[in-house]
Amino acid sequence: MTATPGAEAAGARRSGGAATALAVYAVPLGLAALLLVAVAVGLGAGRYAIGFGDIMTIVGGWVGIGPGSAGVAETDWRVVELVRLPRLLVGALTGAGLALSGAALQGVFRNPLVGPQLIGVSSGAAFGGALAILLLLGTAALIGLAFGFGLLAMLVVYVISRQDGRSSVLMLVLAGVVISAFFSALVSLSMYLADPTDTLPAIVFWLMGSFATASFDKVWIILAAMTVFGVPLLAMRFSINVLSLGDEEAEALGVRVERTRWIALIAVTGITAASVAIAGIVGWVGLVVPHLARMLVGPDHRALLPASALLGASYMIAVDTLARTLTPAEIPLGILTAIVGAPIFAVLLRRTQNKGWN
Amino acid sequence: MISVEDLTYRYPRTPAAVFERHSFAIETGRIFAILGPNGRGKTTLLKCLAGLVRPTAGHIAVAGSMGYVPQHFATPFAYSVRDIVVMGRARHVGLFGSPTQADRAVAERALAELGIARFAERPITALSGGERQMVMIARALASEPEIMVLDEPTSSLDFRNQAIVLATLRRLRETHCLTIVMTTHDPQHALEVADQALLMHGGTGYEVGSADTMLTEERLSALYGLPIRAAMVARGGRRTPTMVPMLGDGPRGTPDAARSVA
Repeated sequence: MTATPGAEAAGARRSGGAATALAVYAVPLGLAALLLVAVAVGLGAGRYAIGFGDIMTIVGGWVGIGPGSAGVAETDWRVVELVRLPRLLVGALTGAGLALSGAALQGVFRNPLVGPQLIGVSSGAAFGGALAILLLLGTAALIGLAFGFGLLAMLVVYVISRQDGRSSVLMLVLAGVVISAFFSALVSLSMYLADPTDTLPAIVFWLMGSFATASFDKVWIILAAMTVFGVPLLAMRFSINVLSLGDEEAEALGVRVERTRWIALIAVTGITAASVAIAGIVGWVGLVVPHLARMLVGPDHRALLPASALLGASYMIAVDTLARTLTPAEIPLGILTAIVGAPIFAVLLRRTQNKGWN
Repeated sequence: MISVEDLTYRYPRTPAAVFERHSFAIETGRIFAILGPNGRGKTTLLKCLAGLVRPTAGHIAVAGSMGYVPQHFATPFAYSVRDIVVMGRARHVGLFGSPTQADRAVAERALAELGIARFAERPITALSGGERQMVMIARALASEPEIMVLDEPTSSLDFRNQAIVLATLRRLRETHCLTIVMTTHDPQHALEVADQALLMHGGTGYEVGSADTMLTEERLSALYGLPIRAAMVARGGRRTPTMVPMLGDGPRGTPDAARSVA
């Protein structure tokens, strides 16, 4: 029998009895606590030093305890409330969205090795954003074009993969690879055409990913995307379980496979396109975090999807905090998520080899 | 009751039909076995009945809900046995729903009924072939079907597990008044449990009738192109036939699976 920590944790979580009643809540509570710690560290850490007591005073003010921002120096609360807080919220929501998308996609495609990049959305959105920068359009246009081209990429994948009124998983994956390659070429073309002193660096840095320009406007955008696309995706987690058994079995069990799969894919597209539009290409989160979450709560998507979202939020806050504190100049986010994510993923691959994906 | 009229299946872009104009009726509360050599479309016909494959022509009328037990089970995720059986409730749960307390109770009953509740927490990837087959049957049972459709439920199982699965099917027919449709490669298994049998010869050739009249030396020998003899074995004071293929006297040459397709 396979004995991995994930399986044991999942087993303990469900095996009833008073002793394990605590275990049912242990993992979600632990993840929530982790998120709180990440938020506290994210608010406190930075190149501009603010005392822990002052941070607590400001946070206390948000929940109606103590003097709040009136009790600290004005610069301090400005840094915390207007710079770090929106950045933290954008990071947390993006991380939650990408991890949730990745976990859902891995179930829908019955393949634990896929991420949101797979279905071409990221590349399409990247091209949309690059185009907006190249044409010197504003932020609103960048978000709009990134979102639009992300959706377009997915629609083309849909059209290519359909045969005889159905689309197989293999055709979807292959079409995704093709469309990704196509839009990557268009991104390169945009960079080639860009002004090397001005728009080229802008495109390059945007593509590398960053939350540095986070604002409350961006918080509302990513929050809207998470509400419109993330909530339904979370709600259909049992259907994703059934879908992960394979098309034929799912259909025999009464799930309308095509419809369910496309609703999930549209939701993933919405979340991914929004996060690319806000933060550029932040890779690996959607691939690595679901694996970590699976080790904690097991493969059941009913637990896995919320756990991935929670863990993704913490993970992203942590990585972003590193990105802006490790060196005097910020490290682009996409670089850090890959440097952190790739080794973690390699270790996970070794661990789960031939054991089934717990 | 399932009634099938002029059922035909032809793979896209091929001239010859795998099976053509098959008509038969499956009575409620009976076990119906489908037999035939490889490539004659047993599984395809079964999937047509289960609504998973659209027949090229013909008509199927099914009265009652259906549970399907596939021949192979492969998901990359190590779901627990309980998770798998709860998925049998998918039809009742809906796209954005989660299984309710009632759904979980039905799944628990199915686990208990098939005697697999003791390993409900184990990951499906850690089970033997026989255990997995019981899990698949439990999952189908959890959908509370009136008809259960099984694709070669005894293939890849050892003798003991074959016997357990067959006994389970017979028991479910009695306790749930289930109509059971199954394909099998073993005429003996059909003889043990089936009330009715369909012999698929390929193309338009088929025979259907009560298991006693279908599962005879002559008909089975003709079906498989190999002498098959009935050995009479004493069981419980009765002598019952046991079908034995004369492997040593069998045909030589290449397997004939491609015959029906050519």
